[in-house]
Amino acid sequence: MSSGTIKFVLRRVAYSAVVLLGVIVVTFSLIQVVPGDPVRIALGTRYSPESYAALREASGLDRSLPTQVFDYLGGVLTGDLGVSFRTGQTVTSTLMERFPATLSLAAFGLVVGLTIALVAGVWAALHEGTVSDAIVRIGSQFGVSVPDFWMGLLLITVFAAKLGWFPSSGYVPLTENPAEWLKHLVLPGLTVGVVAGAIMTRYIRSAVLEVVSMGYVRTARSKGMPPRVVTLRHIVRNSLIPILTISGIQFATILGGVIVVEVVFAWPGLGNLVFSAVQARDYPLIQGAILLIAVIFLVVNFLVDVLYAVVDPRIRLS
Amino acid sequence: MSIPEPTVAVVDPAPAEEAEERLPAWRIVLGNPLTVISMAVLAVVIVVAIAGELLAPYGINDIDVPHALQPPSADHWFGTDDLGRDIFSRVLVATRVSMEVALVSVGFAFLVGVLVGVVSGYAGGWLDVVLMRVVDVMFAFPVILLALAIIAILGPSLFSTMLAIGVVYTPIFARVARASTLAVRVEPFVQVSQTMGTGPGRILSRHILPNITGPIIVQTSLSLAFAILSEASLSFLGLGVQPPQPSWGRMLFDAQDYLGLAWWMSVFPGAAIFVTVLAFNLVGDGLRDVLDPKQRSLMEARRRR
Repeated sequence: MSSGTIKFVLRRVAYSAVVLLGVIVVTFSLIQVVPGDPVRIALGTRYSPESYAALREASGLDRSLPTQVFDYLGGVLTGDLGVSFRTGQTVTSTLMERFPATLSLAAFGLVVGLTIALVAGVWAALHEGTVSDAIVRIGSQFGVSVPDFWMGLLLITVFAAKLGWFPSSGYVPLTENPAEWLKHLVLPGLTVGVVAGAIMTRYIRSAVLEVVSMGYVRTARSKGMPPRVVTLRHIVRNSLIPILTISGIQFATILGGVIVVEVVFAWPGLGNLVFSAVQARDYPLIQGAILLIAVIFLVVNFLVDVLYAVVDPRIRLS
Repeated sequence: MSIPEPTVAVVDPAPAEEAEERLPAWRIVLGNPLTVISMAVLAVVIVVAIAGELLAPYGINDIDVPHALQPPSADHWFGTDDLGRDIFSRVLVATRVSMEVALVSVGFAFLVGVLVGVVSGYAGGWLDVVLMRVVDVMFAFPVILLALAIIAILGPSLFSTMLAIGVVYTPIFARVARASTLAVRVEPFVQVSQTMGTGPGRILSRHILPNITGPIIVQTSLSLAFAILSEASLSFLGLGVQPPQPSWGRMLFDAQDYLGLAWWMSVFPGAAIFVTVLAFNLVGDGLRDVLDPKQRSLMEARRRR
């Protein structure tokens, strides 16, 4: 790595650290700004003076604010995110338990979305201004405008309720039964993938268009290189970096955005966890889940930026 | 990709029509049939939002159990739900609350975001750094997650929904406004004005704001689309608009138990969301073609080709 790259990476690390600190401040404050007493609200009808005192002590909310700040920071650094108000389990173990299901769904959705977007986006860019380009552009508008949970319901209606091809809900771990894992993944994965694909199609189309307008593409064409070779060797290869960036960011977006789809398909992932935590006002669990997803988002963004800089010298010089 | 200047046209022995003036903005907008259709759809949506109760053939909570789960017919265009309520009437009446939430929340995001963005971009320095880091932190949280966190704090209600969606979409307005302000700030007419001693308040209102409206109008239309989607998602989760007030999202929640039995319960409310969101998105896209100077010169260049 050149010194320029190292400098860029260090700058990027410092920047991410500042944003991460901000994210921690936000998640810490979440429970502090609840109007009223969060423990009291969370207990609801299960309230008794004993349970109240016990939960307040267990959550550390009986300590002074500065102590709580240091406790929280220390906890975040050591992976201790407190204890769920409702189940009494540690937040970290609950999150880790739910994470594989969400990871499966997000990865499958990304593969579906990327396949759609690569085919449609590259095709549209190579045929800019034609009817098929217009169809792809309008199609991606349709995909962006569809409520994901509605599409999930429609898929269930057709492929689960009417045709009975796929199960409408549930999750089987990959390690348990790969065939069933895939079967359960198809409908929620398609739901996530089509929306993600519609968004990525637009970006990939413009990324490829930018490469097409480059001088070296014109040169390759004018020296009589076959169109297939120009497309593969010059256009697609040079579009790979922006495509990688888009995929990384989209993956992080999917991870944080699958809440409603998980609820539709009774998918036991992070999204469903957050949903029930919000309903039960289980604040430590909400804090933990939000922190985890925000940190993943930051890490993915960081990796994408660094990778970009390593591959493309123009980035780190600007 | 610049537009031929009039002076060029004089030298250039091009046909007379090449030297014609720039097309007026409205003609470009109306030249795109998709934009025109979308605007017409939005006009219908707005009329329904205002007059939904007058147009609805049945009351929204008229329970008629003997006629529950009826498929679409001449009496009930969109069929009836599990309690025998007319789905067509409920879809019409629910339009208003969706539009209300969208307008209020995007209005909030617009006001706060544009203020933050313009001040940040114009002032520069440490204030810009601080404000933009705050925006970056907000961007690290996925939209729906941040909205859920706000609702978890305030408890579910119409007000929390509006505030949550408003806060979530504020940073995007701040970024768009800041980027446009940065571009305008270095223009000669602003610098001349500064040299002449014009105060910052007057420069902002006379020079900066009028010149950054294009991207912000586009962002407003797109944000309205996303706000409607967000409200529907939150209502679907039972954390947005609360029953007995009908909402598209909540109707889809109720439809979940009848997916194989009564497809109309999920198809029509979902289609209402889809069509409204699509219309806002397409209008936003059409406006971008005209209001974004880069896109516009590209289009004009193509027309001349």
